[in-house]
Amino acid sequence: MKIKSQRDFWSGVMFIVVGIIFAWGATHYSFGTSARPGPGYFPFGLGILMAALGAIVLVQSLVVGSSDGDPVGAVAWRPLLIVLGSLALFAFLLPRAGMVIALPILVVTSAMAGDEFHWGEALINAVVLTIGSWLIFIKGLGLTIPVWPAFVG
Amino acid sequence: MELFSNLALGFGVAFTLQNLAYAFFGALLGTLIGVLPGLGPVATIAMLLPSIYALDATPALIMLAGIYYGAQYGGSTTAILINVPGEASSVVTAMDGYKMARNGRAGPALAAAGLGSFFAGCVGTIVIAAFAPPLTELAFKFGPAEYFSLMVVGLVGAVVLASGSLVKAIAMIILGLLLGQINTDVISGVPRYSFDIPELTDGLGFITIAMGVFGFGEIVMNLSRPPEHREVFTKDVKGLWPTKEDFRQAGPAVLRGTALGSILGVLPGGGALLSAFASYTLEKKLAGPTGRFGNGDIRGVAGPESANNAGAQTSFIPMLTLGIPPNAVMALMVGAMTIKGIQPGPQVMTSNPELFWGLIASMWVGNAMLIILNLPLIGIWIKLLTVPYRFLFPAILVFCAIGLYTTNNNNWDIYIGVLFGLVGYLFFKLGCEPAPLILGFILGPMMEENLRRALLLSRGDWTTFATRPLSAGLLLAAVAMIVVVLLPSIRKKREETFQEEL
Repeated sequence: MKIKSQRDFWSGVMFIVVGIIFAWGATHYSFGTSARPGPGYFPFGLGILMAALGAIVLVQSLVVGSSDGDPVGAVAWRPLLIVLGSLALFAFLLPRAGMVIALPILVVTSAMAGDEFHWGEALINAVVLTIGSWLIFIKGLGLTIPVWPAFVG
Repeated sequence: MELFSNLALGFGVAFTLQNLAYAFFGALLGTLIGVLPGLGPVATIAMLLPSIYALDATPALIMLAGIYYGAQYGGSTTAILINVPGEASSVVTAMDGYKMARNGRAGPALAAAGLGSFFAGCVGTIVIAAFAPPLTELAFKFGPAEYFSLMVVGLVGAVVLASGSLVKAIAMIILGLLLGQINTDVISGVPRYSFDIPELTDGLGFITIAMGVFGFGEIVMNLSRPPEHREVFTKDVKGLWPTKEDFRQAGPAVLRGTALGSILGVLPGGGALLSAFASYTLEKKLAGPTGRFGNGDIRGVAGPESANNAGAQTSFIPMLTLGIPPNAVMALMVGAMTIKGIQPGPQVMTSNPELFWGLIASMWVGNAMLIILNLPLIGIWIKLLTVPYRFLFPAILVFCAIGLYTTNNNNWDIYIGVLFGLVGYLFFKLGCEPAPLILGFILGPMMEENLRRALLLSRGDWTTFATRPLSAGLLLAAVAMIVVVLLPSIRKKREETFQEEL
């Protein structure tokens, strides 16, 4: 059987899998009765419902769809990994090294995800954004964000 | 007249120096993000939510509202000048507005959009003020069963009017509802889906999900596209004022667009986007062969622009009166109210009259500011367009990341945001629209509570939803909406419309 829409096929798979996981998870909580629904009542029903809708999407993807197979297409690994990786790095560094170190690193590393990257531009951007963030978030809004590395303060 | 005394109270609140400043700031920021492609009001409001901890409820909501309608204005500027709709609802404006700009008539196009939007904004404000109190009255008659049914209508409505696959959109809503189940059960106190992680027992923050999906996910998505070639018609922006002929054509279009937008905005899932589409279709039909639609007809700019602004305004009605957000931006507003300790719903009007009427009045003030801001400052907005995306997206990441950190002063939220960035990219790849997910996530806990309370009151009898007249009517409306959309003829038409216009 040929898949007529790749995107719908995998969406269907996603909805079924996640629905079943939630429904299965819900069986660990008291289901209660209809008159006194427990914590597992609502998520169980929703999980099953979502899996059922996923099945419809899946079946549809085998029957209707465009002639080109509606492909999912290549994953843009470079921007995906660099953007999300630099954010994770920022999350790791912020409480340890403070904003003055974590923030420029975020700006420079994430900038590498673009098509064009120039060190000069990225560094200027980093300086401007770090000073700007300090002015807005620390001075202006008075938020508590670690500014300096933990070993300095 | 109660309407006037209420509005007077509202204007009293809106005209304090502080609130004027926040309305101005919101409108300015909204225009800015509306102008910048790749940054929408959802991401911006999500980004700013942490900062409202420091503000009072009224200025905070005034500012967020300003961002929303400011973005509608700003989006049209880029749509006209560079054929890049800065905002989803400006897609329609780009069709004729850009053609006008190419014909050297960028000025009149921008003026028609600005003046039309201002008029629509004024009408929208009055509509809210007039219709909010009676709706609120009605909402007080609602029990848990009615609330549950109302949310079903809201969620169903939000997807039937959207483009794309209906089943997928409903599945996305349910996914949102399920993500909302990761929390501590309010009735029994049992932590659900927390895997003994203390942060998860408080549930996922909707800021985190919104920023991950709309902020991070969208950036990855934008970066994965080849850079577009953009032609900016900056030199030709002179002769801003439209001609007499323009006024004669655009005037009625503005009136029709405003009326259409005011009605459609109230519907769940309506709001700006749908109103703009509907108005464009209407204008095109009315003009018939005399129109130059697709080649720079001013009615194709004035009508949809008025409609999207009116729709943006009136979509506040369900949020303010019932506490039910009709679209993703309103869902964030509900979240903002909750952050400020205000339970959204019909009681807001009586318990926080300053907030309620102040917000409404500030919308008019904000619209007036926008017209002052937009027409003379167009030059500056155009300059902004020349800022390359490679400077912009690291800045967006910085603001999002700091915002996420400050929600709980913990880097946990950044990690979860990264995870949802991945999920958001997956949705994009699979063609799953993420906005319904946010709606579901916001409404999830409310829906569960009302469902369980309704069942408790009826002693487990599910027919309670069908036997209580108001609830039955609402559910029938939901079913009717689905049936209508599934009718073969309408279904075909719906697909055609979205194919043709997008």
